[in-house]
Amino acid sequence: MSLKATVRQVDSVTVVDVSGRITLGEDCKQLREVIRGQLAKNHKNLLLNLADVTYIDSSGIGELVSAYTAISNQGGQLKLLNLTKKVHDLLQITKLYTVFDIHNDEATAISSFAAAS
Amino acid sequence: MKSKASIVEVTLESRVKNVEVAEEISRGVSETAGFGPEAAFQIEMAVHETVINAIYHGNQQDPRKNVSLKFLIFEDGLEIHVRDEGMGFDPGSLPDPVAKENLLNVSGRGIFLVRKFMDEFKVETSAGSGTEVIMVKHRNPKIESNQGGANRELEGNSASG
Repeated sequence: MSLKATVRQVDSVTVVDVSGRITLGEDCKQLREVIRGQLAKNHKNLLLNLADVTYIDSSGIGELVSAYTAISNQGGQLKLLNLTKKVHDLLQITKLYTVFDIHNDEATAISSFAAAS
Repeated sequence: MKSKASIVEVTLESRVKNVEVAEEISRGVSETAGFGPEAAFQIEMAVHETVINAIYHGNQQDPRKNVSLKFLIFEDGLEIHVRDEGMGFDPGSLPDPVAKENLLNVSGRGIFLVRKFMDEFKVETSAGSGTEVIMVKHRNPKIESNQGGANRELEGNSASG
């Protein structure tokens, strides 16, 4: 299943529900466009809900890093929500678990943006 | 590894859609070889990353160039060969993606993950004949510990770029 991303607003946070695969090619491109689109609207607090991500490869991991850097450079924050075990393990192996702010509960994740700003 | 092997061989055109074909074959082979879901996922990811490297970096997405994929199923493990028709690369020249200064690099994690997920890994390159990645996953964890654990480099003529 290729990537699908739906965007919703919760308070000041833009939540992107991602499902399917985040892999090299169209999937990564699509995720990049969604995130850049939100930045263009000045939505700088993004929460990526990865609960339904079935597969992520090294390019998909790179896309998350790219999004993190782009948002941080604009003074915003990118946080991750509901990692599957596979994604969790990959972020641990690549030591990115220490880079991203990762949450398992949406309400807590949303309130953490307010606490940081 | 034990001497008798079943062999699954396939040749794929250098098209991105064929990465999923390779993954599907990998899943079937892993099941046949008796790997559990976690090891099968690791093997699938290693195949995914090496086939992508072969298509994008090796064959430069030239559909006239092929990627050869060979699975040798042994009693105690699985050996996988991925060959492209490109110019080769030196895995030793790749920056460490988990070094602090490289953590925010967008690329450079593919081969690192393959090495993490497979027990043995080797790259062979020779002028004019492309690059072949050979990787091994042991089925019996006892064998892994007897041979020095995971992520051991294969002996032999490892490549330069």
